[in-house]
Amino acid sequence: MNILVPLVVAIPLLGAALTLALGRRSRYQVAVSVLSLAAVVVISAILLVLVDQQGPAVVHVGDWQAPWGIVLVVDRLSAIMLIVSALMLLGVLLFAVGQGIVEGDQETPVSIFHPTYLVLAAGLFNAFIAGDLFNMYVGFEMLLSASYVLLTLGGTGARIRAGVTYIVVSLVSSILFLSAIALIYGATGTVTLALLAERIPELPGDVQLILGLMLLIAFSVKAAVFPLSFWLPDSYPTAPAPVTAVFAGLLTKVGVYAILRTQTLLFPDNRLQVPLMIVALLTMVIGILGALAQADIKRLLSFTLVSHIGYMIFGIAIGTEAAIAATIYYVVHHIMIQTTLFLCAGLVERIGGTTSLARLGGMLKAAPFVAILFFIGALNLGGIPPFSGFLGKVALFDAGVQVGGGLNYLLLAGGAATSLLTLYALARAWNMAFWRPRRDVENYDSAMLNALQDDPHDEGTVLTKTTSPLMTAATATMLALTVCLTVFAGPAFDLAARAAANIEEPSTYIDAVFPGGAP
Amino acid sequence: MSASLTLVIVMAVMYAAGIYIMLERSLTRVLIGFLLVGNATNLLIFIMSGRPGSSPIVTGTSLDDTMADPVPQVLMLTAIVINFGITALLLALIYRSWWLAQLGDEGDTLTDEHAAETSGDSEVTFRSSTDDEAAVQASLDASEDGSDDDSSGADNTGNSDREAGT
Repeated sequence: MNILVPLVVAIPLLGAALTLALGRRSRYQVAVSVLSLAAVVVISAILLVLVDQQGPAVVHVGDWQAPWGIVLVVDRLSAIMLIVSALMLLGVLLFAVGQGIVEGDQETPVSIFHPTYLVLAAGLFNAFIAGDLFNMYVGFEMLLSASYVLLTLGGTGARIRAGVTYIVVSLVSSILFLSAIALIYGATGTVTLALLAERIPELPGDVQLILGLMLLIAFSVKAAVFPLSFWLPDSYPTAPAPVTAVFAGLLTKVGVYAILRTQTLLFPDNRLQVPLMIVALLTMVIGILGALAQADIKRLLSFTLVSHIGYMIFGIAIGTEAAIAATIYYVVHHIMIQTTLFLCAGLVERIGGTTSLARLGGMLKAAPFVAILFFIGALNLGGIPPFSGFLGKVALFDAGVQVGGGLNYLLLAGGAATSLLTLYALARAWNMAFWRPRRDVENYDSAMLNALQDDPHDEGTVLTKTTSPLMTAATATMLALTVCLTVFAGPAFDLAARAAANIEEPSTYIDAVFPGGAP
Repeated sequence: MSASLTLVIVMAVMYAAGIYIMLERSLTRVLIGFLLVGNATNLLIFIMSGRPGSSPIVTGTSLDDTMADPVPQVLMLTAIVINFGITALLLALIYRSWWLAQLGDEGDTLTDEHAAETSGDSEVTFRSSTDDEAAVQASLDASEDGSDDDSSGADNTGNSDREAGT
């Protein structure tokens, strides 16, 4: 089964090369990229089953033994992240293909889009299976470089402006990550995660704290944790709808994955618990307050994205096995639902011609199916029972109550308020865009709507676009997947619990990399 | 672990200068700042390899005690390559941004480069930059003729364009 591990990176990379060579034949390009991502879905499904039964899969690249060579490790957490992200990437790709068919490829210049998208996928998978910090850095850089290109696709003024902010912020966090790797190497003489897990606890406490903080700050920028999240709502919504969906669903979660991996494996003392909790609370509350002030659906969703990262940071901060299990379940739920909602927003934009609540109306009549999709997604994200958003939050709150303490209860209150406010913001958006009759839009006067902030780069209503059945079908399938996460919540949560058990017992990970004990 | 003091000082100066320059508004300066900070980080990795030594090539015999640590050198090489690629991308972006700025209001409302592109003729994407340069030259010439008029009427035209779209 070990041969499968490098394939999840190799196949998308080869696909990227092929699609680049096929630059002038868009039909073959589509076939190659859909096939490569479908192959990765199959491989990661097999990996998930095998890893769940037999323990972590480890590959020493080029047969150079760790800690000298590069190690690729797939444990349960990595396998879960792999399959979920592969499914989302495939779904969004189909949506983008559908959009390309309708538009004659205006929004997504085929020749660039497919290779870049596959490189993004390869970088993402590489970050998930990396067994050492430096390989994780390389994975991050691959997906970030691809994201720079995707965000500035078409090179319009608004996208270049948003892209520059995004790129400079990402570069600073990358440099911080690289500096942290250099310092960790200086302190321990290795970058292999399994060996670091043994050596970092032997370092003096202060040194551990500095190294842990540097990694945490670098990843927090990527995950958009509160004081470092200002860049996200300004840059994501300007990209084409499928690109925004992938960024929102997956790029921030890579940061969360990296925080989860490093804070549990390398710094098991959890010295940063209190600051992490405070940051989690601020992320939740300030993020959702930002969402309340938005009149643009895509910006509103970006703010809820920032806000819900707080739940995951809360789970990591608690650090018990139950909390980690809940965090993993919540990450999976959030990847799926946020991607789907952004795709819904993409559909709304095409049918209604805008995503501004001030000008949308009567969408229920114009597109009843999209209305249902958005409604279910909104309920799910808002945490209405019985959906997975509710289950994830309950599990998280339950883990918080088990630990107890004033700060935990404060976070519970903050989390519950955030959940309700999310529901409020999304229900308001649904009411304005779908429920409100079209004829009411003209001369609609409301103090609430006037107080909201519209997208500064708003291009006005463009009513020439149509949707293709493929776009709706892709969105509906992805929504069905999120509903599956609710229907099969039992098995899914058991799997998350087993993954959390692995994480709470780092010796599983270390023994898999060094079967004969660490050198 | 021992390291050369000169290297540490050079690194510190590069970090400080780089971060200072990165805080400027001009994109070219941000790029220069990024280059400085990126290379300061490379130096940091190098410093972390400890004392200097002979080249780390194993020639069949046993390991040499005076050998330098090869791992940081490998990390540095990778980091240099990544920095190089991103610098190239940033340069392209800065050029594009400058080009849009030269176009003025037209650049603001420019919707899509590839508006006319269909799946059949995507070679437009691969076309040389001569078109771009010609366009920039033309707009530069135009702005030299009547630069005063441009600055005074800049905001009005932009707004009217946008309102016409709604």
